[in-house]
Amino acid sequence: MKVPVTWLRELVQLPDDVTTEQLAARLTQFDLKLEEIISSGISGPLVVGRVLSIVKEPQKNGKTINWCRVDVGPEHNDADGARGIVCGAHNFVEGDLVVVSLPGTVLPALGFEITARKTYGHVSDGMICSSAELGLAGDASGIIVLDADSAAPGDDAIALLGLGDEILDLEVNPDRAYALSLRGVGRDTALAYGLEFADPADIEVTGAGEGYPVTVLDPDACPVFAARAVTGFDPSRPTPAWMAQRIEQAGMRSISLAVDITNYVMLEIGHPIHGFDLSSLQGPIVVRRANEGEKLATLDGVVRTLSTDDTVVTDDRGPISLAGVMGGAETELSSTTTDILIEAAHWKAPMIARTARRHNLPSEASKRYERGVDPELPARATQRVANLLAELGGGTIEDGLTVVGSATPRPSVGMTIGLPSRVTGVDIDAADVVEALERNGCDVALDHESLTATPPSWRFDLNDPNDLVEEVLRVVGYDQVPSILPTAPAGRGLTVAQKLRRRVGTVLAGDGLVEVKTFPFAGQADFDRLGLPADDVRRRQVLLENPLSAEEPGMTTMLLTGLLKSLALNIGRGHADVHITETGRVFLPRPDAAEAPIYGVDRRPTDDEIAAFAAALPDQPHHVGLVMSGERVRTGWAGPGRQATWGDAIAIVQHLAEELHVEIEVQPAQVMPWHPGRCAAIVLNGATIGHAGELHPRVLKAYGLPARVAAAEVDLDALIDASPEIGPRPDFSSFPVAKEDLALIVDDSVAAASVHQALAAASPLIESVRLFDVYSGDQVPDGKKSLAFALRLRAPDRTLTDADIKSAREAAVSAAGSLGATLRA
Amino acid sequence: MRDEALTAIAGADTLDALKQVRIDHVGDRSPLALANREIGALPPQARKDAGQRVGQARGAINQALAAKTAEVEAAEEERALVTESVDVTLPWDVQPVGARHPITTLSEHIADIFVAMGWEIAEGPEVEAEWLNFDALNLGPDHPARTMQDTFWVTPERAAMVLRTHTSPVQARTMLTRQPPIYIACPGRVFRTDELDATHSPVFHQVEGLAIDEGLSMGHLKGTLDHFARAIYGDGMTTRFRPSYFPFTEPSAEMDLLCYVCHNEPDAVADCRTCKGEGWVEWGGCGVVNPRVLIACGVDPERYSGFAFGIGIDRTITSRYDIADLRDLFDGDIRFTQPFGVEL
Ligand SMILES: [Zn+2]
Repeated sequence: MKVPVTWLRELVQLPDDVTTEQLAARLTQFDLKLEEIISSGISGPLVVGRVLSIVKEPQKNGKTINWCRVDVGPEHNDADGARGIVCGAHNFVEGDLVVVSLPGTVLPALGFEITARKTYGHVSDGMICSSAELGLAGDASGIIVLDADSAAPGDDAIALLGLGDEILDLEVNPDRAYALSLRGVGRDTALAYGLEFADPADIEVTGAGEGYPVTVLDPDACPVFAARAVTGFDPSRPTPAWMAQRIEQAGMRSISLAVDITNYVMLEIGHPIHGFDLSSLQGPIVVRRANEGEKLATLDGVVRTLSTDDTVVTDDRGPISLAGVMGGAETELSSTTTDILIEAAHWKAPMIARTARRHNLPSEASKRYERGVDPELPARATQRVANLLAELGGGTIEDGLTVVGSATPRPSVGMTIGLPSRVTGVDIDAADVVEALERNGCDVALDHESLTATPPSWRFDLNDPNDLVEEVLRVVGYDQVPSILPTAPAGRGLTVAQKLRRRVGTVLAGDGLVEVKTFPFAGQADFDRLGLPADDVRRRQVLLENPLSAEEPGMTTMLLTGLLKSLALNIGRGHADVHITETGRVFLPRPDAAEAPIYGVDRRPTDDEIAAFAAALPDQPHHVGLVMSGERVRTGWAGPGRQATWGDAIAIVQHLAEELHVEIEVQPAQVMPWHPGRCAAIVLNGATIGHAGELHPRVLKAYGLPARVAAAEVDLDALIDASPEIGPRPDFSSFPVAKEDLALIVDDSVAAASVHQALAAASPLIESVRLFDVYSGDQVPDGKKSLAFALRLRAPDRTLTDADIKSAREAAVSAAGSLGATLRA
Repeated sequence: MRDEALTAIAGADTLDALKQVRIDHVGDRSPLALANREIGALPPQARKDAGQRVGQARGAINQALAAKTAEVEAAEEERALVTESVDVTLPWDVQPVGARHPITTLSEHIADIFVAMGWEIAEGPEVEAEWLNFDALNLGPDHPARTMQDTFWVTPERAAMVLRTHTSPVQARTMLTRQPPIYIACPGRVFRTDELDATHSPVFHQVEGLAIDEGLSMGHLKGTLDHFARAIYGDGMTTRFRPSYFPFTEPSAEMDLLCYVCHNEPDAVADCRTCKGEGWVEWGGCGVVNPRVLIACGVDPERYSGFAFGIGIDRTITSRYDIADLRDLFDGDIRFTQPFGVEL
């Protein structure tokens, strides 16, 4: 809301020494937050001048300039009673009143200070100004010619043109609809400074008898409809400068006297007004719901198709106005309108909001209706407009006044007198509570401890006891709230899952991975790049009605979609070795999901009703993902490094599992986007919870990535759920160790992990098993490989005998034998 | 014999030479050993005397040997240490260095501040039921604030699900499932339909707090926020309230933080870039929980009251580290995260 300070000061007698900055700061304390103070920035001697003489002087460049003598008042004139000014414009004649910027004037639109300068053979001692040069709206082509006798030479043009005015641009919160008017801001200003307030809506409504016939068939949408006719209006009369100025300062455009008056009254008292050309109306007005498909040409020239959700003002021909949002073209006020029917109707906020949104027609009127307009104002608003049309446009106010319906009084709100103190923590006297509410316009009754406040008609936000508390605190001052640290009961600290997610983060960073945060949006193109089969369940997304981009219409099902984009970005920026990770939720729709329920808010939903949320919402497990490209050990002066491989991805997942004390199995798998021969399924208690390995070359090509990128993605919630409350108990023997090596020949297809597992389980004396060599080549048959394991044998209770060692070794060989392994000769 | 041996020891300057000296002069076939053997043949009177002299000689030689050995060992070690010297300024940068994202570490830091006060950390889903994101929080279907918050809606619209626009539904979930006293902080990722640019992001992070107990007032809210400000920015920090409007709190306030760069000190504030000369920076919104929210979430408003607040984590980071472009937080360039290490 843009509030010209001079207008505000007309309504509230603010002390002269209150600066605009102080006023703005004070209003901010009253919930009218300052966005900015707007001012013209013009300073210096800008005065009215009368053109005494004009000498036209043609120039060599083809232009003709005017050498003018201008009377700028005794204070500024030269000894010979004028100043000489060169001017290139021609839209003025001798005797005209113009605006002159004398040397020393600063015009921000030009960006420099005016000085006397030599030009075209004269000393030009100032400048005759155009609208554009003064930052004013209007015809920019010529200089400003003031109405004859509207001022005298030497008058201060800054004041005359309102250029010294400052404008407060205030942010109005949705609950303070009344502040979208000078009336509302004025009332809060008076409240803030403890001053009397003369309500501009205190207007005596005259008139008697029947007005224009109006029937309201949709009273839910239109509880009050007032209409008043003015005839004999002179459409040729201009809008007075002061009114046009205020309208433009408030951010609207001055159009014509009749339209300007309706807008001025809206700015002044906050009630939107519509004017019909009375002569164009055909029969009585009927307010009703639109019929489906009915058409209305609105005054912006668009033909709109209406629906039964829209409320319209009609006459015999059909809709003539989209209620509260925009008028129709056929009945609009024109340059020849002499008879005007003024409509001031109270339209209900939800209806206006829906209509304005459906037709994409936010307007100054709909903005006010959406938030709430004082329902007591319609008749007074028509009177105010009628008075101005008569006063400024010579019209005659017709006697008849139509008022259909009436405002419902605001329900009263009760609270105990101590509530404001309890809620705010500030000690507030009962008398101060009552006074604060009364100054906000409430009728207050106090019976012992119990207070009843009836809010004024414009305060839709005062419905609950706490609403009253806010008004009291606004007057007492938010800066009075004390600072008291509450004592919470002893807490249980972080949950296990929260602690473990932190641990995972630290482990990943320790493993050299850099955490990134990507957006969880994805689309089928992402899944195409990942090479997922057409029927892959990971292609099934939670989709959005209003995604930001058509390529990413929904939520991702894998962290790799974001990680691979980040990897490509890093490599595109010239980083060679990039190891990044992300931990976050993915979104997996339930195939048979119900719609999420909507309940009332007057009670807690039952447990069953609450459970229905979980049944409807998609699964949103935390995943951990990582991608690694380039060297894992860097090549340098100390020797050659090593590329990150499929093994690093698996090893990091195993490291995470170890840190969480979770036993996982690594099994060969063939799942996109991984390389079919370099992909491991991560298996927990028989269920696959993720994959790790090297990415498929086709995927790397699709993302424009270099060869050999390692990647993993695992369901972190599954790992965390499996993590035991306490870790394993240390259990070791201090008897001597015996070391045995086994070289085994197995088929290529046998997984090393399965041989490893078989060996580890072969004998209770086997303390540990470690694979230390893998060989395939000339020394072993085709299709076979040699796996060399180091076994450590130990007993908990004795030193091992040769016989112990022999039997453990044999048990190991035999266990491996069940997988087809034979001892290498 | 003895002098001969001592001369030989003095002349040996390697461990090998000393070994030979030992063999030559105190070994089994050394003159000393031979002499010792011959002592047995001497008459008893002479035997004692001879034994004594041989023993003394052996002692002197062994002592000399030990001393010389230590000397030579020290010298050899000295030589070895010199030859093994390296340029320790050579870079040993073979291992990649990991780091955690500042959004993560700041969220954890904030969580720790509240956990230290006995609060707990609550979490909830990001795709959320419309009722929990809006209705339960006093944002009814026609509430103007509901259109203010530009919401991502899940398809189909009748599914009544959204990407949560704030972490407040976690507060609603907590009140629905637990009885007061409740003291929780909810850090998390939230969504609004803002196009990504230098100062806006469709995905961002916030932390909200909720306290529900008997006798809580706006003063307790102020006390909590002042403590929070001091815990993050140090002693002397404070907050101030300005009236505002949020549907889920009444009264509501905007919260400003004393500028942590200039502390609004007269000689510094005018030139301060962080607060642009205001002395205060906007930090978030807060207020007393609207009793309507308590009713919808099953908390008795006659018995309990509470307060809630929320701050932006991303904006706290960009402001504190003077990061001009919000996109740096989300495009994943490793150079953004690496300087933060594993803790803030
Ligand atoms: Zn500052």
